[in-house]
Amino acid sequence: MPIVWAGEVTPKMKASAFAYARATSVANALELLTAHGEKAKVLSGGQSLLPAMNLRLIAPELIIDIGELAELRGVVVKGGVLTIGALTRHVDLLKSPEIAAHAPLLRDALTHVAHPAIRNRGTIGGSLAQADPASELPACMLTLGATIVVRGPSGERRIAANQFFAGIYETALTPQELLVAVELPVTPKNSTHFFHEFARRHGDYAIVGLAAQALVKDGQFADLRLGFFAVGDRPLLAKSAGKLVDVVITSAVLSEAFSALDDELDPLEDQQATPAMRRHLAKVLLARCVSSLLARPDLCTGALA
Amino acid sequence: MTAAVAISLSVNGERVEANVLPRLNLADFLREHLKLTGTHVGCEHGVCGACTVRVNGDIVRSCLMLAVQTHNATVETIEGLSDSGEIADLQSAFRERNALQCGFCTPGMLMAAHDLLKQSPSLDREQIREHLSGNYCRCTGYQAIVDAIETTARARSGRLP
Repeated sequence: MPIVWAGEVTPKMKASAFAYARATSVANALELLTAHGEKAKVLSGGQSLLPAMNLRLIAPELIIDIGELAELRGVVVKGGVLTIGALTRHVDLLKSPEIAAHAPLLRDALTHVAHPAIRNRGTIGGSLAQADPASELPACMLTLGATIVVRGPSGERRIAANQFFAGIYETALTPQELLVAVELPVTPKNSTHFFHEFARRHGDYAIVGLAAQALVKDGQFADLRLGFFAVGDRPLLAKSAGKLVDVVITSAVLSEAFSALDDELDPLEDQQATPAMRRHLAKVLLARCVSSLLARPDLCTGALA
Repeated sequence: MTAAVAISLSVNGERVEANVLPRLNLADFLREHLKLTGTHVGCEHGVCGACTVRVNGDIVRSCLMLAVQTHNATVETIEGLSDSGEIADLQSAFRERNALQCGFCTPGMLMAAHDLLKQSPSLDREQIREHLSGNYCRCTGYQAIVDAIETTARARSGRLP
């Protein structure tokens, strides 16, 4: 991203001026958003928002700090549903026995989210509302069939994860709405998962990544959900997973899935990789995922030739 | 509302009261207002780790935190950790192993390394590398830094190097 000098002594690596309001309750945050939503940004952990502001990619007139709203923090398991408050930090999720037991895919993914100092501040709600297409958590939400809970002037809305992400940094949230929680169905005990991403450095945004959840029965997939990220302008729940369910997986079947996956991808070009490289890496991840979940090392070799 | 906001916080054990503009980040507040220049400012978007400090016991990027967000918080910088002797053994290991050359990254490295050592005294090199993955060093090639942390880990857990 370019640094603009604009004739100043120092480069523009500082946020432009803004007004600041510390929300005292969710109701107060919603009042502020109702009055100023179009010109405001909500600050939770700030680990995505503040870099964007320091780089002058965005310049909100008002920052609404929800960091002290303890009511938005925590993990609760009830009736087969895992509810995660929007302000729950990555580090809290990593240490949560509930997440380890009921959403192990999310735990694995979180070890790849940035670095310890950033995981100490970054929150799940912030990551989802930011909707960076190269970030891990949005894809996990698709894979795990999450529901995003938001509140606005007219009450609460519950949005399926596959309806929530609308493009680069774009979501179904309106400027007056606040993301308050995420609900995940408790992962079945006999379910398995796979998470991997390619990045230049551990913890950096992915070049391509895959968050997968599966039910394996008698050496075949009874169910397979593949959430890819950094393969387009938003995370992708690949329909091509269907090609791999209830069949004996052979190299030929895998090749068909590769070609179906290729049709679904719309990778972007950036400093890190070309679209062609991203398409290739997505296939590599799919091969590794299938091979790992079915304990079939044979599928990882040759299939990509 | 763009006006300065009053904050009250503890920095290295001392009470600090200040009026700060909302846009001022914690790193600049520490350096420019409190003259605690051990906290370094590198990339200013969370990538390099040179500005790592401790807030309420957790290491954070001070370039990715606003000074107004530290109201009522406890902030500790490299000056605090150094003066209290909390990291004296780690600093000594860094010197002995040549784990610093220009020294720009060193405050952040010490912050991140000490955080890891506190969490678990028995560490392998892979764990050290992973915990330091958010801290850039452009001089040393990291080997000596990992050596110094490994040595300190062994010493703290009573194992011989």
